[in-house]
Amino acid sequence: MSNEFEPTLLAFVCNWCTYTAADLAGTSRMVQQPNLRLVRMMCTGMVDPKYVIKALLSGADGVLVSGCHPGDCHYINGNFKARRRIKLLNEILPQFGIERERVKLTWIGASEGNEFAATVNNFINEIRELGPMEARSMAVI
Amino acid sequence: MATTVKIQVEENNPVLALQGFLKGLLNDESLSGILVPVHLFSKGIPMPTLVTNQDQLSGADPLAPAFPMNSAKLLSRLTRGQSTERIAAVLRPCEIRAFVELVKLNQGSFDKVIIVGMDCMGAYDNVSYKKFLADSDPFEATLNFHGQIGDGNNSSKNEIKIASACQCCEHPDARKADIVIGIAGADVHVCIPAMAASARGEALLSALGLPDMESINGRENALKSLMENRIVARDAMLERTKAATGTLKDLSEYLSSCVNCYNCRVACPVCYCKECVFNTDVFEHKPWQYMEWAKHKGSLKLPTDTVFYHLTRMAHMSTACVGCGQCSNACPNDIPVMELFRTVAARTQESFNYEPGRSLDDPPPLSVFKEDEFQETVSHIA
Ligand code: SF4
Ligand code: SF4
Ligand code: SF4
Repeated sequence: MSNEFEPTLLAFVCNWCTYTAADLAGTSRMVQQPNLRLVRMMCTGMVDPKYVIKALLSGADGVLVSGCHPGDCHYINGNFKARRRIKLLNEILPQFGIERERVKLTWIGASEGNEFAATVNNFINEIRELGPMEARSMAVI
Repeated sequence: MATTVKIQVEENNPVLALQGFLKGLLNDESLSGILVPVHLFSKGIPMPTLVTNQDQLSGADPLAPAFPMNSAKLLSRLTRGQSTERIAAVLRPCEIRAFVELVKLNQGSFDKVIIVGMDCMGAYDNVSYKKFLADSDPFEATLNFHGQIGDGNNSSKNEIKIASACQCCEHPDARKADIVIGIAGADVHVCIPAMAASARGEALLSALGLPDMESINGRENALKSLMENRIVARDAMLERTKAATGTLKDLSEYLSSCVNCYNCRVACPVCYCKECVFNTDVFEHKPWQYMEWAKHKGSLKLPTDTVFYHLTRMAHMSTACVGCGQCSNACPNDIPVMELFRTVAARTQESFNYEPGRSLDDPPPLSVFKEDEFQETVSHIA
């Protein structure tokens, strides 16, 4: 079973930077594994922790939150707010056996298509190593 | 030097003495009312009551080991927005700390309220309080609970234990109050010290014309040993809970009798959102969705999203959890939710170096940020 495991990942990306980078990666035909689903947000500052939790409980094996580099946020400081929320999740989730590695925060700028493709590929590989999220095998959540 | 006055106790009855003290306070023309637990009926639990008429204070029982709800929520209603008249509120330490959190979230204000903080010997949850009371006179039961010295359960003769939240409460001393009633370590059948802890408290206290108290013996030591015991109990509780909830399966098991009634959220003083997402139609799923989910895994527990609800609450309010235990008190199925929340809160509060209720000046962790912090949270995986 484990060698057949194909992770499902979800990414919350901001409209202004990382979504544009993802678009660029696509139009530049960079090679990416197909395991990621993108959710386009106006800003990572609006990613409530419950979105990440819900994703992990309903079948995602990992969640990426990615926004603009510090100083580049379209809403000035949304990415810094996101960082505190991810920090919070980093403290809560491992208490229940949900590995820290399953939730990632990165900064990827609009022109960094390369960076986006590499980030996603690495993340997918990491989660493939880590194995499926416990919630997948649970009938009751 | 702050004033400390002596509340003289007659006929071995500290409750009567405190009633007298509150009557004196209410006499002050600057105060229009006092929020205090009152026995309104011959049976049942003394409820937080806003008293404006001195005579009605004869039912007041600030020493009752009962804690039907965290009054911070009620005080928020009494002080939010435009409150015109000034009141006093007799609160337990955890109620004061919760109120501090609410004020920071703009859900209340200290401007028009004098906080009378009571050292806290702990209290029973609602079910235990009624057992403790049985057929006895509620005032006598209160006196029984406190024994000779203000050391609450340690001296009480009954077998019923105070709430588990109180057993592991490391803040039994009233802080952030204007007036502190120092029952810890006091021989409450002789006299009770009342200390001014702010300029407003000072003004009120000195106007009462009560005799000064030169020294208060034993309070520091009584509080210290109370805290020490409770910290030991707390740490054991944290370990126990951690061990019981280390995986998602364990957590589900822990919550297995949860019926999603959300009472724990309603009772929680620091869960303040006007509209909780769990009360919205986000969770009014369509019949076909339930069918799809059930088919996907072969079965679907209803109601859904139990673990999701609790994890979301942890994310939203664990940094502000004051450990009052009202979540557990409100749970119809005896799920030890206080234990779960305090265990998570211990970690989230430490990670943001935040102690809820400590100070009005510490901003709630998720309301602020610094540019240069928590770098380890950001991955650079490419
Ligand atoms: S939690 Fe602490 S302050 Fe609150 S009632 Fe219990 S012992 Fe008192
Ligand atoms: S979670 Fe429970 S213990 Fe914590 S503040 Fe809310 S009601 Fe009190
Ligand atoms: S009060 Fe108890 S049963 Fe109700 S939602 Fe909270 S844990 Fe579940």
